[in-house]
Amino acid sequence: MSPSLEIIILASLVALTCALPGVFLVLRRISLMSDAISHAILLGIVVMFFITKDLSSPLLLIGATITGVLTVTVTEMLIRTQKVKKDTAIGLVFPFLFSIGVILLNKYASGIHLDADCILFGEIAFAPFDRFIFQNVDLGPIGLWLMSVVFLLNLTFIIVFYKELKLATFDPALAAALGFTPILLHYALMSLVSITAVGAFENVGSILVVALFIAPPATAYLLTNRLSVMLILSGAIGIIAAISGYWLAHFLDANIAGSMATMCGVIFFIVFIFAPEHGWLARQFFRRFKQWDFAKDILTVHLLQTELNHADQTEQIVSHMTDHMLWDHPFTIDVISRCLQDGLIVQEGEKLILTNYGREKAKISILKG
Amino acid sequence: MTNTMQSNSLAIEVTDLTVAYQEKPVLWDVDFNVPQGVLLAIVGPNGAGKSTLIKTILGLVKPVAGRILVLGAQYQARKQLIAYVPQRSSVDWDFPTNVLDVVLMGRYGHLGWIRRPSPKDKKLAIECLERVGMADFAGRQISQLSGGQQQRVFLARAFIQEASIYLMDEPFAGVDATTEKSIIELLREIKKSGKTVICVHHDLETLKEYFDWVMLLNVRRVSLGPIATALTPENLKRAYGGRALFLDQKGDTRV
Repeated sequence: MSPSLEIIILASLVALTCALPGVFLVLRRISLMSDAISHAILLGIVVMFFITKDLSSPLLLIGATITGVLTVTVTEMLIRTQKVKKDTAIGLVFPFLFSIGVILLNKYASGIHLDADCILFGEIAFAPFDRFIFQNVDLGPIGLWLMSVVFLLNLTFIIVFYKELKLATFDPALAAALGFTPILLHYALMSLVSITAVGAFENVGSILVVALFIAPPATAYLLTNRLSVMLILSGAIGIIAAISGYWLAHFLDANIAGSMATMCGVIFFIVFIFAPEHGWLARQFFRRFKQWDFAKDILTVHLLQTELNHADQTEQIVSHMTDHMLWDHPFTIDVISRCLQDGLIVQEGEKLILTNYGREKAKISILKG
Repeated sequence: MTNTMQSNSLAIEVTDLTVAYQEKPVLWDVDFNVPQGVLLAIVGPNGAGKSTLIKTILGLVKPVAGRILVLGAQYQARKQLIAYVPQRSSVDWDFPTNVLDVVLMGRYGHLGWIRRPSPKDKKLAIECLERVGMADFAGRQISQLSGGQQQRVFLARAFIQEASIYLMDEPFAGVDATTEKSIIELLREIKKSGKTVICVHHDLETLKEYFDWVMLLNVRRVSLGPIATALTPENLKRAYGGRALFLDQKGDTRV
């Protein structure tokens, strides 16, 4: 495999792995927990590095994961005291842990691979240099193996506990009442987010990993009404962002992870505008459509009232409609022609008369209102 | 299976129950027994602890002191026999799922961990939707439902649990008059089959018409029993305190 292909595959795998737990973060409205976790894990990595003196030790992963879960625990303890609000608690805990990590790094570990740039943006471009060699056989980049393990972990967890995760996310009280311990599920999920953040950390850094956790699920949310489809779409969107981000970086000669995160944002805004049902354009169109419907209702109901009151027939003249409805002339003409088209009214000279169908429709509109 | 076994036991038995949030008591030394087969309304002013009482019975809130027995045993041993209908506003109706799926969630307690709903469960879900008149909406995305339809879906989700006791937190909140009537019809049906229905209720005007038992609650239990004996003007005054609320002979209330 060429290094660039390896980078593309690794980037796609990172995006896919983040998107899966990301769906539940977005639906549980705790997206920013991923921000907290992805920063706080630095402290775990640094502390474990001092203990083991080895950057490739698996203990680094374990320490980082523990720090991630610890961040969630401490944040939630703070929230439970009801002295600080949720967003404040998140903003208090993780910068504290992150900054301790940064100080330790500056003070005692300058000159090693863990520099500030790497923490913020990761360096996926270097991933192909770190090979997994077993009995003299090159099995590809170590990062790819690591991410594959994390991906399979996430996938297995979500498939096995799909039903429980769905219930605990939609209705935690019922989940608890039925004996499904939503707290346990919550911490299991937070552990997975931590492990995922640790795995992704080296490749995309601690800030950009947040984009991969949140943007693909938020985009998928606009495209479907089914949880299972949302999971699949999130993964697919993550992969599209990864691949297009790689080529964007290639052409701009820019940081790959940064370009991936940029593409996450671009894809979100495209979907936000053009999504078939929840998109901005669709909603505008729907509102317009509703507006015509409403206008037709107003006209037919008005004609019905006139009929019932045996009011002065001069009311049924087009120009009078304009005065009564305070609609401008072209709009009135338009509404009338739409009503004629739908067979709600007929025009006799200057008079507008309801058809039987129009009369029934008007009566239904009154009942509905 | 359980009907003969529990025919003599009480639906709910609460002794000396005290619940506090941050040292502030929400329920104070509450005692009461609810027999099986009643349609009970829990009423009281805002902050009286009505929802908390329901949640404590369900084990969602830990009491500071006191004992709760459900059909003669701890909740954990009876959770299969209790259906819970939370406040409609307590869940996110924009969640990506459809009506049938929400009803099936009521089945999860019977399924236990990991096992998925079977075609049989789905058939049962459709039947429950038919009972509440929502079968045509099975495939509908839940965000498209009106308030009354949401409440019916929640009722169907409770029915599929095939429970003996139904605990409902304000099932009439924000539904129109027609839906309210059809919901109370369904609750009466449940009661007729010997099951117990306990609702947190807000509207004193419909109390006599809808329910046969009432509990007046204001942090402490004020009274509990058949409406005729428990819903006296003195008890109402004790529950609602100085807040001007009068109950005249005809049972009309004015606030």
